[in-house]
Amino acid sequence: MTLNVGPQHPGSGHMRIIVQIDGDHIVACDPDPGYVHRGEEKMAEYRNYITNIPHLERPVIHDSCNILYPYVLGVEELLGIETPERAKYVRVIASELNRCIYTMYWLAIYGIFLGHSTMFMWPAGDRELLIDLMEKMTGARVTHAHFVPGGVRNDLPPNFEDVCLRQVNYFEKRIKEYADIFYDNPILISRTRDTGVLSRQDAIRLGTTGSVLRASGVDYDVRKKEPYDVYDELDVNTNVMKEGDSYARSRVPWLDMMESCNIIRSALEKMPSSGSVRVKLKPNPKGGHDTVYKRVESGRGSLGCYIVSDGKPEPYRVKMSVGSFRNLIALPYLLKGEKLGNMPAVYWSLNYWPVEADR
Amino acid sequence: MSVIAPDFRLSSFIRSIFDNAFWALLLANLAGIPAIMMVLFYIEMPVIDGELLTPFLAFSWLADPSRTLPIVHAFMATDLFRVVAFPGFGFAALIAAATIFVERKMLAKLQLRVGPFYCGKIEGILQLMGDGLKLISKEIIIPAKADKPIFWVAPVIFVATAAAFVALIPVAPGWVVADVDLGLIAVFAVIGFFPIITILSAWSANSKFPFIGGIRALFQMVSFEIPLILSLLGVVILTGTLNLSEIAASQSSFPWIVFLPIGAIVFFTTMLAELERIPFDLPEAESEIVAGWLTEFSGMMYGLVQLGTYLKLYAFAALFVVLFLGGWHGPMVVPPFPEEILLDGIVMGPVTAKIPGLPLFTQEMINGTFWFVLKTVGVIFFILLPRGVFPRIRIDMLLNLGWSKLIGLAFVNIFIALGLLYAGVLGPGGMLPQ
Repeated sequence: MTLNVGPQHPGSGHMRIIVQIDGDHIVACDPDPGYVHRGEEKMAEYRNYITNIPHLERPVIHDSCNILYPYVLGVEELLGIETPERAKYVRVIASELNRCIYTMYWLAIYGIFLGHSTMFMWPAGDRELLIDLMEKMTGARVTHAHFVPGGVRNDLPPNFEDVCLRQVNYFEKRIKEYADIFYDNPILISRTRDTGVLSRQDAIRLGTTGSVLRASGVDYDVRKKEPYDVYDELDVNTNVMKEGDSYARSRVPWLDMMESCNIIRSALEKMPSSGSVRVKLKPNPKGGHDTVYKRVESGRGSLGCYIVSDGKPEPYRVKMSVGSFRNLIALPYLLKGEKLGNMPAVYWSLNYWPVEADR
Repeated sequence: MSVIAPDFRLSSFIRSIFDNAFWALLLANLAGIPAIMMVLFYIEMPVIDGELLTPFLAFSWLADPSRTLPIVHAFMATDLFRVVAFPGFGFAALIAAATIFVERKMLAKLQLRVGPFYCGKIEGILQLMGDGLKLISKEIIIPAKADKPIFWVAPVIFVATAAAFVALIPVAPGWVVADVDLGLIAVFAVIGFFPIITILSAWSANSKFPFIGGIRALFQMVSFEIPLILSLLGVVILTGTLNLSEIAASQSSFPWIVFLPIGAIVFFTTMLAELERIPFDLPEAESEIVAGWLTEFSGMMYGLVQLGTYLKLYAFAALFVVLFLGGWHGPMVVPPFPEEILLDGIVMGPVTAKIPGLPLFTQEMINGTFWFVLKTVGVIFFILLPRGVFPRIRIDMLLNLGWSKLIGLAFVNIFIALGLLYAGVLGPGGMLPQ
C-alpha cells in the first residue's frame, strides 16, 4: 500500500513523504519536498545587499539570525567592512538565543509527533522567555532582520545584560526539567532507542550535518572547527553521542541548548560594555568581481552562503547551502525496514525544517 | 437612533412579554403536556387513599405539590426512568460531559495553559455545549467511495453499544438498569462488540488511513480482551457469582483490590488500551495515520463517536469501581431524613404541609451513589492522567505487553485468588467476613 504522508497530514510538515508499506513495515520511502519553494535565491539577485536582509531570513523565521549570519559575513568580506568588537558579541548572543528558540520549537513538534502533548506545550511556553529577550533586543518576536553588514542594526537596550542573564538562567533550569518528563521517560526511550540508526560512516557518507552528525559520533561543529566572529574567544563544547539512533538525535539538540546558555553567559561576561555596534555604510554599496563562501552553525547544522559579485549593487548569485536539505537525504535510508509507527520519531529527529530546505 | 441600544418603548416591551408568553404556552400545550401524558400512560399508577389513579386524574393531581410526590415515586420505579435518567443514559452522559471538561482543564493546568476559558462565565464551563453546537451545525461529509449504510450506522451502533455497557453497571443497591445474573459475561459480550464496530466503520470508509487505524484497533482490542477477561476471574473465583450487584455487595467489609492488587493493575492497563487512551492511542495516532479510524467522520457523526467513547470511559471506570473498589460501599455520610417531617409535616408558620411520599430517595441509596460517584471520578482521574505524562507506544510493544506480560500477570492473579480460596481465607466459608 502506498501512503501519501503529507502535504496535508498532521505528521508531515510542508512536504510529502511517499511511503510504501507492507503490513506495518516500510518498504520504501521517497521524501518529496518543494511545496514551499519561494525562490529566495533568485529574489536575492534583484535586490541590493542591504534590502536582501529581510527576505533572506524568511525560510526559518524561528532561526532568522542564524540564517542571515553567513550572508552578512560574506557581504562584509565582499565590501571589506571591519565589524566592531561589541557588535560581534551581540551577534553571538542573538544567534545563540535564536538557536534555542528554534530548537524549542523543534522539540515541541517532536513531542507532539510522539503523542506527548505536554512536551508540545512546555517548550512552546518556555520559548517565550527567549522570544521576549529577542523582542527587547531587536523589536520583533520573530523575523528580526537584526544583522546587517558591519554590525547589528541597534545597540542593546539599557539593562539588557542583567535581564538576559536572569532569563537564560531560568531557561536553563526549565529545560533541565524536561529530562524528568521526556528524556528519561521509559516509553520514550523504548520507542526511540535503536530506531533509525545512522552509523558514523553513513552519517559522513550521506553528508548529514549538525545534530544528526553529532548524534552519530562525529565531533563536528562549525563554531569550533571554523570559528567565526568571536567564537574562538568563547569556550564552545560540542555534545557528541555515539548511538546514532532517534534518541541520540533528539537528545543532542537539547544538550546543545544548555551549551548555548553557557556561551551566552560567557559572551555577556566578555562583551565590551560600550562602543559602536554598527559601521556606517555608503548608500547602495558595490562589491568587486569576487566570490565569497561563508558558513556558520545554525540550529539544523552547517549553513553556508555563497555570494558571487560582479561589481553591481546587486549580488550576481546567492546560494544557500542549508542543513535541513542535507539531513533529509538520510531519511529514505533510515526509514527503510522500519515500522510505520517509527516514522514520525525518525523523520522529525532529523532536525529538518521543510521551509528552509525548499528556500 | 442607535442600533445597539434602541430606545425603550413600553409598547414593544409589553408586546415582547406577550410574545414570549404565547410561545411558552404553545410549546407547553403542543409538546410538554403530551410528553407528560405519555409518561403517565406508561407508568403504573399508585393507589392513594384507597383510590387507583387514572392517568387523567394523576395529571390533575400534578398541580398539587402535596400529591405530586407519590406519582413521581411511581415514575421512578419504572424502567423508563432507569434507562433514561438515573443509573442509565442521562446519569452516564452527565458524568461523561463532566469528564470532558475536567480532562481539558486538568490537562491545561498540567501543561501550563489555561484551557477552555471564554465560553460561559466561569472557566469556560459551557465550552462543551459550544462544541456540541458546532458539531451539530457542521456538514456531514461522506466519502464518495464509502459503503454508505454501514458508514452511517457505525457511530450510532457505537453509542448504542456504549449505552448497553452503561446499563449493566449497578450504581447503588438495587439501582441498576439490567440486573443480569450473568452480568460479567454480558459485559464481556458488550466489550467484544466494540472491535467489530471499529473495523466495520474503518472498512466502510474505504480510505487508507481509517483502514490502518481500524486494523490497529482490532489488534489492540482483541489482544487486550484476553488479559481483561482473565484479570477479572480472580474476583469471580472469590465471590462465586457473575452478578455485578452481588459482586459489589460482597465487598462490604473490604474491597477486592486489597487482596487482588495485581488483577486491578492488569485490569486498569487493559482498560486504558480498550479505551484507546494515551499511551495506547495507536488507532488514533495523529502523526502517523491522521486520526485513525475516525479520519473520515465529520460533524455530528464524529460527535456521536466521541460521546460513545466517553460513555465507554465512564462504564469502564464504573466497572473497575464495582469489581475492585467496593462499588457503593463506604461510611455513612448522608444524614438520615428528618423524622419530624415524616410525622408532623413541614411547619411553615401557621401552615403545616404534610407531604406524602417523602423521602424521595432512601438514605442508603444517596450514600451509595455518593461513594460510587466519588470512586468513579477518582478512577477517571487516573485514566486521564497518563495523557499528560506519556508518549504513545508502538504497536509491536503494545502486543508484546498484552500477550506476554499482562496475560502472565493475570494468571498470577488467578493463582493468588485460588490460593486464598483453598487456604480458607476468603470466599464462601472463609475466615474473613464478607
